[in-house]
Amino acid sequence: MRITVNVNGEDRTREVEPRHLLVRFLRDDLELTGTHWGCDTSNCGTCVVLMDGEPVKSCTVLAVMAAGHEIRTVEDLADGDRLDPVQQGFIEQHGLQCGFCTPGMMLTGRALLDRNPDPSDQEIREAISGQLCRCTGYLNIVRSIQWAAREQAAVAAPEAPATATATGGRA
Amino acid sequence: MTGPYDRAIVPPDRPSDPRGTGAVLKGRERAVQVPASFDYRRATSVAEALELLRRYGEEARVVAGGHSLLPMMKLRLAGPELLVDINDLHELDHIEQAGDELRIGALTRHRTLLESPLVGRCFPIVHDAEKVIADPPVRNRGTIGGSLCQADPSEDLSAVCGALHARVVIRGEGGERVVPMADFHQGPYETAVGVGEMLVQVRIPVLPGAGSAYEKVERKSGDWAVAAAGVALTLREGRIADAGVGLAAVGAGALNLDAVQELLNGREPSEALYEEAGRLASAHCSPVTDGRGSAEYKRHLAGELTRRALRRSVARARTAQGTTGEA
Ligand SMILES: Cc1cc2nc3c(=O)[nH]c(=O)nc-3n(C[C@H](O)[C@H](O)[C@H](O)COP(=O)(O)OP(=O)(O)OC[C@H]3O[C@@H](n4cnc5c(N)ncnc54)[C@H](O)[C@@H]3O)c2cc1C
Ligand code: FES
Ligand code: FES
Repeated sequence: MRITVNVNGEDRTREVEPRHLLVRFLRDDLELTGTHWGCDTSNCGTCVVLMDGEPVKSCTVLAVMAAGHEIRTVEDLADGDRLDPVQQGFIEQHGLQCGFCTPGMMLTGRALLDRNPDPSDQEIREAISGQLCRCTGYLNIVRSIQWAAREQAAVAAPEAPATATATGGRA
Repeated sequence: MTGPYDRAIVPPDRPSDPRGTGAVLKGRERAVQVPASFDYRRATSVAEALELLRRYGEEARVVAGGHSLLPMMKLRLAGPELLVDINDLHELDHIEQAGDELRIGALTRHRTLLESPLVGRCFPIVHDAEKVIADPPVRNRGTIGGSLCQADPSEDLSAVCGALHARVVIRGEGGERVVPMADFHQGPYETAVGVGEMLVQVRIPVLPGAGSAYEKVERKSGDWAVAAAGVALTLREGRIADAGVGLAAVGAGALNLDAVQELLNGREPSEALYEEAGRLASAHCSPVTDGRGSAEYKRHLAGELTRRALRRSVARARTAQGTTGEA
């Protein structure tokens, strides 16, 4: 089947079998290997991408089902050399160790902040609850997303103290 | 047909777990787990979907969220020749009040249910359950229709809809029929939806002064229930009426526990009554021992969770009546 999926703002057309999974379409056909592939059983969440702005597990979506939809992957987070605040947060707060869960975690963080710019600790935990970090760095992942929330707020209100602090305190 | 995926075919003798408790497939041969080949059509209208389902008969399956069906296809527990994708049928994605019932389209996602204030107001049990069904990315895809049609005794929304005495609307070539939840599930993974038919809507009665609650024990966040209980009731002059009790993950046929419902109707709420109801619930289910717990433990949970859900339902019904009284 010939399908067109809008990936990271660009229409991408390919010939695929109906059984082709979205995660394979992104990784193998489009060579966007930032999207990771772990359990393949919809349990680990490392394959999370945004579909029409919301996190989905791309190992459990057929590429043909994504046709006509907008998919956003980790490759689209940075704007040129400028990192997304969520990416910067993961650096500031040591939000990754091996990095395997990181693309999915960052996209979930992005989607959360797009809906809710000031999430509570509990809301962040709930948002990432479908994604495993095998390095168990959950506390720092939560802090990274909190850092991004503060950074965005600081940028939006320039008269406030210029940069968010990197203390990663509790929300 | 040979292709890059053929290495991935799961040997049929391997133990497998459709609910992905930890899959079992190991070894160098397992490059990737994908479904066997099938044809795919994206329906542009309910009529077209029904026409395809009729034409392909047993070999066709509807795909909604795909979060039960695709894992089963990967594990070769399902092998349809045609998938009829209903995700573009936006008319099946709705929540509306019609007279004294709430009508929920089959394609309504878990997330939409969870975020609907109307649903939360009428049926707190649905929000109780939705908060603990899977996880946010799964809830972004999975639908109420898929949950009910999967007819997995562990599916939380089935127990919820059972307790609420919901009715479902099945559409086919000859029109629509409305089936009570109690008759909808005909066994594990079997429903009243026939060849060439699909589920289009779920209808739940909205009763004044109602209270409802769902109690679930899970091993970890987002997991399927070890056991769960849903209760819905109203209070009339201080006595329980319209009681509905449904259990999940304790065997098939527990979506409506008639014995417990009969016990409750007409009685004044009391701890002694909850105790008796819990004992009956535990006696009227058939859990099996598996990775989530022993049959004995699940039976214990069935009783305890029924008691807890009853207590909360009664408290909520009292609050609802208090609010009505003041308004
Ligand atoms: C990791 C994970 C965890 C989960 N945890 C839970 C949990 O804790 N509790 C819980 O209740 N569920 C859980 N689920 C299941 C989840 O709720 C599924 O989304 C749901 O069971 C199926 O909905 P779906 O729309 O994805 O259905 P699909 O997978 O698309 O379909 C399921 C079945 O229903 C049929 N079908 C779908 N729609 C219709 C229709 N309109 N008419 C006729 N037939 C139809 C399909 O043909 C198929 O046979 C979990 C799933 C995953 C992947
Ligand atoms: S690879 Fe998709 S959830 Fe694990
Ligand atoms: S950083 Fe290693 S899995 Fe999360």
